[in-house]
Amino acid sequence: MRLEGRGLIDRTREVAFTFDGRRYSGHPGDTLASALLANDVRLVARSFKYHRPRGVFGAGSEEPNALVTVGRGAAQTPNTRATVQELFEGLEVVSQNRWPTLERDVMSVNDLAGPFLSAGFYYKTFMWPQAFWEKLYEPIIRRAAGLGALSGEPDTAHYDKAFAHCDLLVVGSGPAGLMAALVAARAGADVILAEEDSRLGGRLLAEDERIGAKSGVGWVEDVRGELGNFPNVRIMTRTTVTGAYDQGTYGALERVALHLADPGDAPLETFWRIVAKRCVLAAGALERPIAFADNDRPGIMSAAAVRAYLHRWGVAPGKLVTVFGNNDDAHRTARDLAAAGVKIAGLIDSRRDVSVADGDFPVFSGGEVTGTAGRRGLREIKIRHSGGERSIWTDCLAVSGGWNPTVHLTCHMNGRPVWDDGLAAFIPAEGAVPGMTPVGAARGVFSTAGCLEDGARAGQAAAEALGLAVSAVDIPGGDDTPFAFEPKWRVPGRRRAWLDFQNDVTVKDVELAAKENFRSVEHMKRYTTQGMAPDQGKNSNIGALAVLADATGRAIPETGTTTYRPPFVPVSLSAMGAGARGKGFAPERFTTSHSATVARGAPMIEAGLWYRPSYFPAIEGEFWREACDREVAMVRNHVGICDVSTLGKVDIQGPDAGAFLDFVYTNMFSTLKVGRVRYGLMLREDGHVMDDGTTARLGDAHFVMTTTTAAAGQVMQHLEFVHQCLRPDLRVRIMSVTEQWAQFAVAGPKARDLLNDVLDTPIDGESWPFMACGAVTVAGVPGRLFRISFSGEHAYEVAVPARYGDTLFRHLLSLAESMGGGPYGMEALNVLRIEKGFITHSEIHGRVTAFDIGMERMISAKKDCIGKSAAARPGLVDPDRERLVGLKPVGSVRQITAGAHLFNKDDPATRAHDQGYITSVGWSPTLESYLGLGFLRRGPERVGEVVRMVDHLRDVETLCEVCDPVFFDPEGGRVRG
Amino acid sequence: MRLDCPHCGKRDRREFTYRGDALALLRPDPGAEAAAWDDYLHNRDNPAGLTRELWYHDPCGTWAVVERDTLTHHVAGSQAAAEADR
Repeated sequence: MRLEGRGLIDRTREVAFTFDGRRYSGHPGDTLASALLANDVRLVARSFKYHRPRGVFGAGSEEPNALVTVGRGAAQTPNTRATVQELFEGLEVVSQNRWPTLERDVMSVNDLAGPFLSAGFYYKTFMWPQAFWEKLYEPIIRRAAGLGALSGEPDTAHYDKAFAHCDLLVVGSGPAGLMAALVAARAGADVILAEEDSRLGGRLLAEDERIGAKSGVGWVEDVRGELGNFPNVRIMTRTTVTGAYDQGTYGALERVALHLADPGDAPLETFWRIVAKRCVLAAGALERPIAFADNDRPGIMSAAAVRAYLHRWGVAPGKLVTVFGNNDDAHRTARDLAAAGVKIAGLIDSRRDVSVADGDFPVFSGGEVTGTAGRRGLREIKIRHSGGERSIWTDCLAVSGGWNPTVHLTCHMNGRPVWDDGLAAFIPAEGAVPGMTPVGAARGVFSTAGCLEDGARAGQAAAEALGLAVSAVDIPGGDDTPFAFEPKWRVPGRRRAWLDFQNDVTVKDVELAAKENFRSVEHMKRYTTQGMAPDQGKNSNIGALAVLADATGRAIPETGTTTYRPPFVPVSLSAMGAGARGKGFAPERFTTSHSATVARGAPMIEAGLWYRPSYFPAIEGEFWREACDREVAMVRNHVGICDVSTLGKVDIQGPDAGAFLDFVYTNMFSTLKVGRVRYGLMLREDGHVMDDGTTARLGDAHFVMTTTTAAAGQVMQHLEFVHQCLRPDLRVRIMSVTEQWAQFAVAGPKARDLLNDVLDTPIDGESWPFMACGAVTVAGVPGRLFRISFSGEHAYEVAVPARYGDTLFRHLLSLAESMGGGPYGMEALNVLRIEKGFITHSEIHGRVTAFDIGMERMISAKKDCIGKSAAARPGLVDPDRERLVGLKPVGSVRQITAGAHLFNKDDPATRAHDQGYITSVGWSPTLESYLGLGFLRRGPERVGEVVRMVDHLRDVETLCEVCDPVFFDPEGGRVRG
Repeated sequence: MRLDCPHCGKRDRREFTYRGDALALLRPDPGAEAAAWDDYLHNRDNPAGLTRELWYHDPCGTWAVVERDTLTHHVAGSQAAAEADR
């Protein structure tokens, strides 16, 4: 029911929305919860397990009951708290966990079975047969109990993530937070003020209080105005700080556009990482309920929330309200409502001998609520008090069990909160998060005056810690009534009394857990599921703890608390993973030939972050094997072009560059002549092969190293490690130039003819023998030419600055095609190198040594190098190791497969008899056979032997002949031709 | 977590790659015994408290020796590996 003349809403405008298809109307400034209550909608949800009718309980992000699904279609968002969702025109909301309708929910029969569905029910009941779990029990349980559902369609909405840095982060904008921000801002600190709500003010928006000569809300507006004028202050509303992490890093979720009918280009939510030198935690406190029989009916609410609806939204949640509490806030609730003209049917105070000075309503001291009635909403309560027992007709019961300081963020770095006997609450431990100061209600200072002072003090301390001068602080006066209360956790009785509304956990469940020896609070939590719902026990943890303490005969501090973990409120994965969906998951690296390659219809495959062509179809629909065979033959007979720019290119310069290379490579490079290239093998310090590649000497003190595509980053880091950490004495500088150069392989018998059409100065065999390198000009552009080959053919690699890559690639292709050649892709490249027995990271996969790949003689005896000592360990040069061989199928099945294992011909194909495995396989059109490379125990000694190949996964088996890994042109005549 | 790059200053830990104990700076002589190499390559303490460890700052390519407390993640300081005490 809306009350006239109250609340911070804009009554001049109407906002239409629907709930379960029915049209309602509210005002700008309303939340969904306040608008529903204003429209007298009390039943808004069904509970998780028992499908009990539920209404709005609170007024903040901790809401346990009013979870709804917002929006339609792909973007529908389940489990939205109605108390957090702001109203906008056209908002569509549906209730959850009910069928067919909220009013008539079939599954509410669960409630009748309640006595059997106690803690541990599933564990005890659905134990066997085991196979039934997955197929029968779990689907049924999942359907019966649950929350809202996603649409199942991809979410097309936009989310974002962002970073911010500040001197001081203030979490919460109640009186304490505002004072802290104000004092620090005046001193010149960079302040971020994060407020979960859409408005600054905290509890001041929800109470009728005065600060100085102003209303609470008026004072908030003044402070907001002043803060808004500081260039060094950033006010972030709708932003919940969700976690505290190392070194002053905080996670925060900003609901950027969830309150807008049309978000436009704005993200719905942004996940922030805020790095703050200091933090003031002014997160306030959460009111706790009291457990009594049937305390979960719609209409039973937190008293603090009832005051919030009254003062902030001008809504009376009932026409005839009762209040039940153990403290003076209960009195304040009754007084405020009465002053607004709402009829109070009774104030039940659990304390004895209390009186209310100025209340025109019945007060029952020493009282407690023993039961409630009303099927879809509260109708009547039963009470017991000093004067006897009676029933009261009421449609709203406001309950106040005292306050729990919001200590959550102080516990995120292993801090344990401390029990305060006077407050009967946990308060933050001193210094729990370095740099963070809890203030105000968050540390148990509950009066407004206390909060103002506490906030000002913390703001001043933070500014001073930052080295800023603070001028005299003027603290306005506020309500300083001390908080008077007596602990009361539960009303004894036989009927179910709810602790955790959201997960349907009752006092009985916790007592049962204790009886069944789940006495540790962490065990009780997992056995009963208390505190494991989306509210993470914000409404129930301390109550459940008190019941457990009682049931186990311990004090609350002895019983301990469960661990508070981030995030403080649910954070959608879309926000946390913003930008990382689909292609956003990893950057894409394109070569300069990318567009020409894609234009030719080449399917692209990923090579790390790079995209490389698999093959170039000559006609549409050409099968990959046909294309591969054609491209291999093209290179062997004519000329082929392949973009090899993805290989790592490292520029190494300095007077000690040669000595440096001698140390990182197993073989000698300081003796390499200028204008020559050498193949190099690089080990890890543990003696295994890291990478291989060619290095060219372009000048006395200038080398260019190539690495494999896959290991480029790793090798670069390794080179820097070796230089900076092991040999800082060497005068050498290392720089990755991978992206600066476009480099193309020109391979095949006609390679030189083709190049002579491209290079400004023709080359011949004498000036450019195999493994020569040097500067060339290509159409006037300075470039580099390397006579190296990964195909075994007469081949070159020509490099030009990357900006000329596209043009050169297209030019090379048209020349090649006029000579019977063309481009070739990774499939052909792979077959060409297998025919020649050249290794890639399929072979040097991290567990092989130089000895294993037959290159032990490349470890120079004349010098030390990385990995040399370890490579000499007996275990790494054991002849019994699996060593590189070539393999050819000779059985009835003429196929071999990569990943298959090798066995002696007559042994069973079991692990105990394993002799090795196959790493690379390709069909060689040149030799008309499948060829493989692999590792076989004592491999090189077994050339000519026939072994058995078994691929257990693909179910392929054949016999293979062990060969030398170099299948084609073992003399190397072609490469020198 | 934020670490100090000796050249770039405080940076988010996502910019760094971890290597391990700064023991990696103390490469044994080539002729050292197998046990010395074993210690260098494989054996590491797992202290609860202060450690000296190597981090690579990917954007600028600097190897840094960072002093970090494994209990609190407090970073006491960092030094370029090339200039660090050995």
